[in-house]
Amino acid sequence: MPTKTATQEFLKGLWEENPIFRQILGMCPTLAVTNAVINGLAMGLATSFVLVFSSFLISLIKKLIPSQVRIASYIVVIASFVTIADRVLAAYFWDISKALGPYVPLIVVNCNILGRAEAFASKNKVGRSVMDALGVSAGFILALLVLSSIREVLGSGTFLGYRVLGSWFEPWTIMVLPAGGFITLGILMAISIQLERKRKER
Amino acid sequence: MELFSIFFGAILINNFVLHYFLGICPFLGVSKKIDAAMSMGLAVTFVMSITAVVSWVINHWILIPYGLDYLQIVSFILVIASLVQLVEMFVRKTSPPLYQAMGIYLPLITVNCAIMGLALLSALKNYNFIEAVVFGVGSGLGFTLAIVLMAAIREQLDLADVPEPLKGAGIALIVAGIMALAFLGFSGVIK
Repeated sequence: MPTKTATQEFLKGLWEENPIFRQILGMCPTLAVTNAVINGLAMGLATSFVLVFSSFLISLIKKLIPSQVRIASYIVVIASFVTIADRVLAAYFWDISKALGPYVPLIVVNCNILGRAEAFASKNKVGRSVMDALGVSAGFILALLVLSSIREVLGSGTFLGYRVLGSWFEPWTIMVLPAGGFITLGILMAISIQLERKRKER
Repeated sequence: MELFSIFFGAILINNFVLHYFLGICPFLGVSKKIDAAMSMGLAVTFVMSITAVVSWVINHWILIPYGLDYLQIVSFILVIASLVQLVEMFVRKTSPPLYQAMGIYLPLITVNCAIMGLALLSALKNYNFIEAVVFGVGSGLGFTLAIVLMAAIREQLDLADVPEPLKGAGIALIVAGIMALAFLGFSGVIK
């Protein structure tokens, strides 16, 4: 992949290698926290923080890690950043931390992060790895925002807590429940596949 | 009574897949055939039961007494990763048929968020030892139930005429949504 410029490394994460719609990785937090936009956003930012910093660090120390124990070392690096993110959220944003519950610590088993570490950061220079991580993060946040906006607007009639649909609107409670998450993501997935097919035809 | 409600609550109401969204990757990935789904479910139940015991012991005998609970994330993930390795070696030595049945699924379980989720949730809910074990076994069985049902539906789905863009992940997610709706019917059965 050395032919790609840094910008291309960033952009590919947004669509071509979008973690959720294209690679179907990291689904658990995606579905669990997207019942409100603020939760989706917080989760996206926390995951991005972990992804970018662990890609940076892993890429920096990749020569020092023997290849037999690399997966275990990556997990320790990732778990350390997740602990930082978890503690910071709990200290400064208690409400969000409470709403996200166990899903912040669960960032550690988000297959995206280990996937990027193994597939990209361990083979590429620091700058390039950070660009790649930023791109994947942006794609992840984008997907979380789309999903959580649909679910919050239809499920509670609000957006970021502000009422956007008038009082005539009867909220579809199903959308904030797990079932709504699965169905919305299924439909979004179909739309993204359809868009990709149209793009390929051109 | 308390244990009874934890057990059936974990299987039917707070189902790991359909309520907590944990273990979605194997749920979507290994649910194309019923027997593969069964083996995956078996492997997860097995590892979950052991994880429930080990994580409880670590949390209550080491981390909490020494005020190290901020190390929960790091220690749980390391314990789970090494546990899965140990279980794999042990099963291979002692029971070749069992290893045949769930061998390739064991390594996959390391990154299964359901296992980590179990350790974290039972720490969060402050279960005592017995409750934690019951919760672990129940959650594993709940996962098995969900993945086997899913595989049964998907085997039938192969024969159906699914619109092209919905094929694969799309229809699987929608089926999961409908299953989650059906499982909602159980809430309120146990207080």
